[in-house]
Amino acid sequence: MKARHQRFVFVALAILGVGIAAALAISAMRSNLSYFFSPAQVRAGESPAGAVFRLGGLVVKDSLVRQKDGLTVTFAVTDNAETLQVSYTGILPDLFGEGQGMVAKGRLGEDGVFYAEEVLAKHDESYLPPEVADSLRPVPTEKNAETATGR
Amino acid sequence: MIPELGHLALILALALAMVQAGFPLAGSFNGRRSWMAMARPLAWGQFAFLGIAFACLLWAFLSDDFSVLYVARNSNRLMPTLYKVSAVWGAHEGSLLLWTLLLGGWGAAVAAFGRHLPQPVAARVISVLGLIGIGFLLFMLLTSNPFERLFPVPPEGRDLNPLLQDPGLAIHPPMLYMGYVGFSVAFAFAITALLGGKLDAAWARWSRPWTTVAWVFLTLGIALGSWWAYYELGWGGWWFWDPVENASLMPWLVGTALIHSLAVTEKRAAFKRWTLLLALFAFSLSLLGTFLVRSGVLTSVHAFATDPTRGTFILAFLALVIGGSLALYAWRAPAVSGGGRFDPLSRESFLLANNLLLTAFTALVLFGTLAPLIYEAMGWGKISVGFPWFNTMFLALMPFLALFLGLGHLTRWKRDQVGRLIKGLWIVALLAVAGAGASILFLPAATGGSLMVALGLGLAAWVFFSHLAGLGGRLRRWRDIKAIKAMAGGRLGYYGMLLAHLGIAMFIVGVTMVSNFGSERDLRMSPGDVHEAAGYRFRFEGVETVPGPNYRAARGRFLVFAGDRRVAVLEPEKRTYFTSAKPMTEAAIDWGFTRDLYVSLGEPLGDGDWSLRIYYKPYVRWIWLGGLFMALGGLLAVTDRRYRGFSRK
Repeated sequence: MKARHQRFVFVALAILGVGIAAALAISAMRSNLSYFFSPAQVRAGESPAGAVFRLGGLVVKDSLVRQKDGLTVTFAVTDNAETLQVSYTGILPDLFGEGQGMVAKGRLGEDGVFYAEEVLAKHDESYLPPEVADSLRPVPTEKNAETATGR
Repeated sequence: MIPELGHLALILALALAMVQAGFPLAGSFNGRRSWMAMARPLAWGQFAFLGIAFACLLWAFLSDDFSVLYVARNSNRLMPTLYKVSAVWGAHEGSLLLWTLLLGGWGAAVAAFGRHLPQPVAARVISVLGLIGIGFLLFMLLTSNPFERLFPVPPEGRDLNPLLQDPGLAIHPPMLYMGYVGFSVAFAFAITALLGGKLDAAWARWSRPWTTVAWVFLTLGIALGSWWAYYELGWGGWWFWDPVENASLMPWLVGTALIHSLAVTEKRAAFKRWTLLLALFAFSLSLLGTFLVRSGVLTSVHAFATDPTRGTFILAFLALVIGGSLALYAWRAPAVSGGGRFDPLSRESFLLANNLLLTAFTALVLFGTLAPLIYEAMGWGKISVGFPWFNTMFLALMPFLALFLGLGHLTRWKRDQVGRLIKGLWIVALLAVAGAGASILFLPAATGGSLMVALGLGLAAWVFFSHLAGLGGRLRRWRDIKAIKAMAGGRLGYYGMLLAHLGIAMFIVGVTMVSNFGSERDLRMSPGDVHEAAGYRFRFEGVETVPGPNYRAARGRFLVFAGDRRVAVLEPEKRTYFTSAKPMTEAAIDWGFTRDLYVSLGEPLGDGDWSLRIYYKPYVRWIWLGGLFMALGGLLAVTDRRYRGFSRK
């Protein structure tokens, strides 16, 4: 085989390989993407029905309730506009806490409760996941309320 | 006073770095030997001043000088001395100082061990390292000065993040950084080759040991990080495809490709431009890793709360390094002549396949890691890519890598015959198939499907026996005393390769076994309860409170029985550090060569009951042992006489 042919075969093989890999990667990615939604978006019906997505927000103070089996917990998550009940079976991460940010991965049940398969918490307790920080609405203090009514 | 001294040392180091980046490089072009001769002393001076700065910060930690903001944030009087030391690199500013110190160290190492290099080459390599040093020193001095003072001085520091108070994490970042920064030497050699337009076997022989050493450190760093995540984060997993893990994996993958490509460049003078490109990318990806960790643009378990000017700075620096080096490549690479020819069936072809697979996988990991950023920038919503995607990609490509791994090292350079390969390998193939078959017949049902187990164990057997065959063939050929003597004295590169590839086989066994036969259970237990997993009975004895140096712990006690024999006492802890409101889980692990038993405490549920997590992890140690073998193999290869003899000249 001549050198030029040889190089051509290699280039063709490389392009073929890259093409197959890209096709594989993109088709596989579709089923593995999970979108992020805030409680307000979920209430507005923006989240997919029956599909896995991520829900993020602040855990409402005093909302954590442990069920009788000792492993299932329910708590409320808010973006300061809407709240949503979350149910999770398993051990919560150390950095999970009321009044703090969290992200959970799971599905929305027909009863309007979010059934989490996984609850994520981060290394750093002063750290708020960027998605959660973005989704939070300003807390309606008196001043905000005034400007809101004045508008 | 001492912190100011450190600050001053940093400024002086920056000044030296500027001279180091300018004069030797200019001298290499206008031929002034005195300018080029400045390179070595400058590299040493750079290292010395960075050492002084580092020592000053270390002193501030050891003497509990909370007037330094960084110390006040990351230390505490009660903290054990070991963690005061490791706290120096426990957060952003200090880890950057460590990074820069190591860069200075690599520069000094080039000055010390690179005596055999022609003067212009040494001058250019050291100059390029100086250029990188300028970037990092400016970054540190402008946006993240570790010596910043705090007024009023607090009486007590805030303590180091409890997660980081662990011996594994004391050595993980230095190892990882040695690797990241080490690729800067490979990068500098590549830039030097591009500047000179000359790339020959001697160049490959110079840059090979440097690249391999950096790769060894990176391998160890990644393995340590994975091990740390396994026992300290309490999730029992060993790899999460977290952006920060990916950030360290990408330079490793490209670095692995580079090592193999360098071998071809040295032996066969082929793949020259490709080698250069890989060297540029290995370091660029190391920088990208820093950017991903430090900028906080991606949600990660490692993300620090950061300020945006830092991200902007690193991004600009990254653009400059990647853009600049690629522009230089585009301009000068045509001057580097193409290399030797080879047949489709030759060792070169298999190494090419290795390189293509590794870079393709790197591209996929990069895509998966950055996809959330791309989606958000395009306004397609906020997404995350689940780890099953990464696993699928890994499984789609890596089995081929293992397949070629068994073939490449037995194939001859340039040209080989199919018949010869079949003759040497049919028995190996038979053994691999037998291994796969045995795993289907004799192992219990696997969670991932027995085909996956068969594939994994079959490939591990393939890699193992193929290298055994290679070793056998070599020993047979050298069956006289002279050859054995030669073998003991030199030729260690080959044995390094064997060891590293053996590490791959172990890694495959570990991953296959733990992913398919491991079990994880969250459950509620009362004292006296017994849980059974994989033939082991775990008896929960209860939880008591014990004091620690800077924390209080609830310590559980488990007796583990196999049949009637007690095999382990496990004491997992839930620690509450005095300075932090959050508890910390310390898992208890009974480790073994073929299985780990892993218990961690959840929360108290009243009446002495606890929520618990019990894991059974078969062969999980083989994953890190495999990493260790790869690193040892790399070290062995570096001591090959080829490099030693050369540097003595």
